[in-house]
Amino acid sequence: MSARLMQGNEAVAEGALLAGVRFFGGYPITPSTEIAEGMAKLLPQVGGTFIQMEDEIASMGVVLGASLAGKKVLTASSGPGISLKQELIGYAAATEIPVVIVNVQRVGPSTGQPTAPSQGDVMQARWGTHGDHSIIVLSPWSVREAFDLAVRSVNYAERFRTPVILLMDEIVGHLRESVELPAESEIEIYPRRAPKKSRAEGYEPYAPDEDLVPNIANFGEGYHIHVTGLIHDETGFPSGSPKVTRESIKRMHEKISRAADEIIDVQEEFMDDAEFAVVAFGGTSRTAYEAVLSARKRGVKVGFVRLVTIFPFADKIISELAKKIRGLLVAELNYGQIVGEVERAAKGQCAVKLCAKYDMTIFEPEEIEAAIDEMISEVDGE
Amino acid sequence: MTERSYEKFFRQNRLPHLWCPGCGNGIVMKAIVQAVEKKLGWTQDNTIIVSGIGCSSRASGYMDFDTLHTAHGRAIPFATGIKLANPKLNVIVITGDGDCTAIGGNHFIHGCRRNVDLTVILFNNNIYGMTGGQASPMTPLGKKATTAPYGSIDRPFDACKLAEAAGATYVARSTAFHVQHLTKMIEDGLDNRGFSFIEALVQCPTAYGRRNKIGEPAKMMAWMRDNAIMKSAWDKLTDDKKTGDKFPIGLFYRAETETYDEAYHHVIELAGGAK
Amino acid sequence: MKSEFTLKPERCKGCGICVAFCPRQVLALDTLGKVYVANHEKCIACGQCELRCPDYAIFMDKKVPKKVQRFDETTGLSITVEEVEK
Ligand SMILES: Cc1ncc(C[n+]2csc(CCOP(=O)(O)OP(=O)(O)O)c2C)c(N)n1
Ligand code: SF4
Ligand code: SF4
Ligand code: SF4
Ligand SMILES: [Mg+2]
Repeated sequence: MSARLMQGNEAVAEGALLAGVRFFGGYPITPSTEIAEGMAKLLPQVGGTFIQMEDEIASMGVVLGASLAGKKVLTASSGPGISLKQELIGYAAATEIPVVIVNVQRVGPSTGQPTAPSQGDVMQARWGTHGDHSIIVLSPWSVREAFDLAVRSVNYAERFRTPVILLMDEIVGHLRESVELPAESEIEIYPRRAPKKSRAEGYEPYAPDEDLVPNIANFGEGYHIHVTGLIHDETGFPSGSPKVTRESIKRMHEKISRAADEIIDVQEEFMDDAEFAVVAFGGTSRTAYEAVLSARKRGVKVGFVRLVTIFPFADKIISELAKKIRGLLVAELNYGQIVGEVERAAKGQCAVKLCAKYDMTIFEPEEIEAAIDEMISEVDGE
Repeated sequence: MTERSYEKFFRQNRLPHLWCPGCGNGIVMKAIVQAVEKKLGWTQDNTIIVSGIGCSSRASGYMDFDTLHTAHGRAIPFATGIKLANPKLNVIVITGDGDCTAIGGNHFIHGCRRNVDLTVILFNNNIYGMTGGQASPMTPLGKKATTAPYGSIDRPFDACKLAEAAGATYVARSTAFHVQHLTKMIEDGLDNRGFSFIEALVQCPTAYGRRNKIGEPAKMMAWMRDNAIMKSAWDKLTDDKKTGDKFPIGLFYRAETETYDEAYHHVIELAGGAK
Repeated sequence: MKSEFTLKPERCKGCGICVAFCPRQVLALDTLGKVYVANHEKCIACGQCELRCPDYAIFMDKKVPKKVQRFDETTGLSITVEEVEK
């Protein structure tokens, strides 16, 4: 395939389509709108459905309905819209409906700075909806990776029957790069899970398979299943039992934590001799990488750690790193969010410093490089 | 006895239902399955029941189809997704007055506007039943609710007028007293291609009747009998006669308009995606 | 009797709707608040009770006269007569 110049947002639409998404429901919001626009154009070309809903709550509802009816689904939004989606993201987690939600982050809270980049929704991506629940969050740093992670998000949503958040930022969403996209035959696609028993054999929609994920039938296949956001047992019907409640919440977490090693994707560069490292994700990691390269040229033994999977968090990897090195610098476009996770995982085994920015502008490599130097002198002085 | 054929549409192991003694919800739920039974080609395998949250929305759990108990107010978006994802499915929405016209009000009017092929049945008990009797947008003026202890001053919606103005292509009302009429109104709603809306008045003796001293379930139903006037008779009444508690029931509006699902099929053709 | 009743007491919640709308005072609630047939002979088999029971607890079947073959002794022929069970 020949190289094409495209935006991160467009790449998401292309990736989702190739992964089998055939239904999109959304509501326009900067800086995510191009994803909806892309889907509006592409979906009917493959017989799929695009619908613009009255708000983001309805956008979540419509895609969850379509997912239950058997389609692979996508929705996309930003800040205020993602806040509205939270109610039904929780519903998707509780009822185990596959869905991918793209969040192209902008400055918040509230209407914030609509066109300016930010990474202020990291913890919302993890804990935005109420109650204990599990979720997968992935974050790309390039246009090509936006495509790849769109595919991976759809696959994870289907495989784990969970909401997956593709956490973009304005930097990558609006970044234009020349990319070569793979053909459908080159990518692996996880199909919709199917029941392994008939009704007569005692099929129960929420009975977990070996990987703890239930094989829930699509609507219209004759299984007469019941889906509810109330805590339910394996039959799918509400249960008031403490045991069922405990087991259902536990399984929801464990179906993902069990596969964490496989889901967690962390890129490490220059770590062999590194005494320090910069941790970053999404658009910020582009600048962080440049800063590391530049510091390396000056002989600074600094490495680069990029979180491709943000949640489940790379606890083990960070903990192992923290044993080997003296300091981690977390660069993020917010007041300090993922730094808390890094600190928790590092367990005091090395210094953890924050390089935060929340003024509408993206990092300059020099800013991060200066922060690296500062961290080193602080740690050396300690 | 001869086994009632509609009983097969209920999940027998889930009955008796959780509704209070004399609650009208059970009557409407039966009317729905009896209407479905009359529809040629509608089976338990290709008919989907979608509900929101509330006493009324618990109906989905008792009905032996693929059923979806969604979140408060959100049934119509979910139902829209199901219908558009698989237009071969028949989709029925069960909702309450609060569910449909308060928290779900925006989804409701937009559902009507799009004319997706859904049938929405609103169980109107004039109150928030599930949460214990707070005022809803359909609580009549002056009636008491836990959040309107001195009587409601909020002007109520006429959900049928709202549905018609918003673009629904079938609009009707009936009551839990008028069971056969109600069943017919639902059946015609199922027949309509497009967004059909049926308001079914139901008695809630627990959260509404008792507080408003309307009393026993049977008395609340007698009130329906005495005050509901068939549309044809209602239209002949002069305005000074349309007073007190009197209200019209019957078919209010019906139109033939392209449904959203049909219109979207043209989009697919234009885009070259038709098989 | 024009009718035959099937009652499902496990479903009956004693709401009294069937009692109230019976035009012939056939039904009543017992001390436990469950429906019972108090005056069966008055029943006109109108079906109002079953129609409005919100709990599907009362079922009324009309008794259709049974056609039976009987040997008529005077004529010595077999004839068909309608017979309603008492
Ligand atoms: C987002 C949200 N807000 C509030 C509630 C609490 N709640 C549950 S049911 C209900 C009202 C239901 O009233 P209605 O729709 O009229 O149904 P009914 O119970 O009367 O049949 C409310 C406010 C909720 N479940 N979700
Ligand atoms: S509270 Fe009212 S609406 Fe709810 S079950 Fe009881 S009677 Fe029915
Ligand atoms: S109407 Fe039904 S539930 Fe109510 S008393 Fe009669 S049989 Fe019982
Ligand atoms: S069939 Fe009619 S007369 Fe007989 S018990 Fe029922 S309501 Fe009364
Ligand atoms: Mg209500």
